[in-house]
Amino acid sequence: MATLQLDRVTKSFGDTHVIQGVDLEVDDKEFVVFVGPSGCGKSTLLRMIAGLESATSGDILIDGQRMNDIGPADRGLAMVFQSYALYPHMTVEDNMGFSLRLAGVDKPARREKVREAARILQLEPLLDRKPKALSGGQRQRVAIGRAIVRNPGIFLFDEPLSNLDAALRVQMRIELARLHEELDATMIYVTHDQIEAMTMADKIVVLQGGVVEQVGSPMELYHHPCNRFVAGFIGSPKMNFLPVQVVEADADGVGVRLPGGDVTRVPVAGEKLSPGTPLELGIRPEHLVLDEAQGPLSGEIQVLERLGGQTSLYVRMDDAMVTLMADGDIAHCVHDTVRFGFESHRAHLFDAEGLALPSLEKHPLAGLRRQDNRVASDANGA
Amino acid sequence: MTTAKTKFPATAERMPPQAAGVSPLRSAFARRLGLTALGWAIACLIFFPIFWMVLTGFKTESAAIADPSLIFSPTLESYIAVQERAGYFKFAMNSVVVAFGSTLAALLIAIPSAYSMAFLPTRRTKGTLLWMLSTKMLPPVGVLVPIYLLFRDVGLLDTRTGLTIVYTLMNLPIVVWMLYTFFKDLPKDILEAGRMDGASTLQEVCFLLLPLTLPGIASTGLLSVILSWNEAFWSLNLTSSKAAPLTAYIASFSSPEGLFWAKLSAASTMAIAPILVFGWLTQKQMVRGLTFGAVK
Repeated sequence: MATLQLDRVTKSFGDTHVIQGVDLEVDDKEFVVFVGPSGCGKSTLLRMIAGLESATSGDILIDGQRMNDIGPADRGLAMVFQSYALYPHMTVEDNMGFSLRLAGVDKPARREKVREAARILQLEPLLDRKPKALSGGQRQRVAIGRAIVRNPGIFLFDEPLSNLDAALRVQMRIELARLHEELDATMIYVTHDQIEAMTMADKIVVLQGGVVEQVGSPMELYHHPCNRFVAGFIGSPKMNFLPVQVVEADADGVGVRLPGGDVTRVPVAGEKLSPGTPLELGIRPEHLVLDEAQGPLSGEIQVLERLGGQTSLYVRMDDAMVTLMADGDIAHCVHDTVRFGFESHRAHLFDAEGLALPSLEKHPLAGLRRQDNRVASDANGA
Repeated sequence: MTTAKTKFPATAERMPPQAAGVSPLRSAFARRLGLTALGWAIACLIFFPIFWMVLTGFKTESAAIADPSLIFSPTLESYIAVQERAGYFKFAMNSVVVAFGSTLAALLIAIPSAYSMAFLPTRRTKGTLLWMLSTKMLPPVGVLVPIYLLFRDVGLLDTRTGLTIVYTLMNLPIVVWMLYTFFKDLPKDILEAGRMDGASTLQEVCFLLLPLTLPGIASTGLLSVILSWNEAFWSLNLTSSKAAPLTAYIASFSSPEGLFWAKLSAASTMAIAPILVFGWLTQKQMVRGLTFGAVK
């Protein structure tokens, strides 16, 4: 239905360069999530695609057609705003039918389309209400309904779930994933919540300071972050970083000395590194395992959070704090000293610039897309 | 309770009035009573001249200059005399046309200006707004001669059109300023959603902006009507007979006749009556508009 291309797109407000040359391709029917910390330019980028902000330079192409000079309504897009931006003086039905009314669609046809969208979103009993009389989740659905009615090629979502409470957010996340499947449309979704990004995206675009840090499937970003920022941003709790030194490097990987003195060999490409080079080793909390006998790392438990199924340990080492996700049933207490380690292929190495040394092997799930999940589950069902 | 040594203040410490033996309810009541009395006193003080004027209008000329007294036999004598000498309705009509005409014109000019200032601001928007407001600080008499000469040359002296133009310009800064603040309170997202839905700027204004800021627009309009209605300086200087509004009507009773208090009061009462009733009927709207955005 619709593809999107961004070609060296920039945006400056005076001397502030908010978007600094973004290249991106969004395929038809893809669910793309822009994620990044606040102020990274993700919302601005979305608004530029929408046509609410102009691009300072570069091209925005939808279905191969340059859209820079075309107004927001004529780009074949619909947008769901963070604040929902419903028209407070109109009923739900009028809110959803407003675009059709402007387009000159007659009342019966309008009614039919609105009813259809209301059916998909289970909004039928609410059509005569004003937005004031709706709950947050219902308003959110009306905002989505208003987008559906326009039958756009691309849906744009600007942090649509950030005003909802946690339980509703999970529910809407599932609903949005269902809608994506039902509507078969291209969707671009902005969020600062990496869980939303991980769960919904076919493709995640990680932005920081107006620059695309990495584009890839959720599993690719998780298993093969290209730099320290992406490594820290994707995954929760955050990845741990430990200072290490290169001991030896060859075609099979890089051996590094850990803070405790042990040497471990990480399977990444770094043949040219000379011994003594300082690097940072990144290891996710869920990949650290308690190993009282042989764990090469040790530290004192400072905080212990029992979540039931899992326990988070915050461990102070000599010169770093690390987080460790352990089993829910461990018997440790605060101030206990623990030893722990990790499988070397789980570790990442970052050079002085924060760039990741490329892994020698791709993780088997790194190429997996959300559709593949679906295919797999369908197959299981059959 | 013996738990007074907790981290939190004990009950007695937290509620000093009760501890001191004075009912907090009673002291709150006394406070409210005092405030209400003060409010009424101020209101009466402000209203007294108007009340006295209305009263004087129903007195005979001799009673009006005699001892100020609340007890007298009311008469419509002054009203009849006033109506005989000058047709009230002609002046009233001029006031209505000029006040509402200038308000309409001011709104038509101010809505687009306030829209662009509120939603498409530039570096100079703040400065422009302040400059507009600063023109209200200039004494009108400072531009009387140029405007008078201009009006004379283009034939606008003593015309409703001329007075309407002057009132429009006079109220424009306030109208733009007020609309600007009302518009600024409207979430930008709503207009952007309209733009995404395919609304042109005009449709955006007509279907979204105006209905949503109607209380503000109404109170702005009401204020403009009242200001125009009460304006005397320009009406006295730029009109004589054909286009003279009610302010000129009142003035015509003060100078040539000397101090005929009863007639002057009768004329004044008739001049302010319509706007007073108008203000009374719309006061809810006024207050709602003036506090619009403050409470959300």
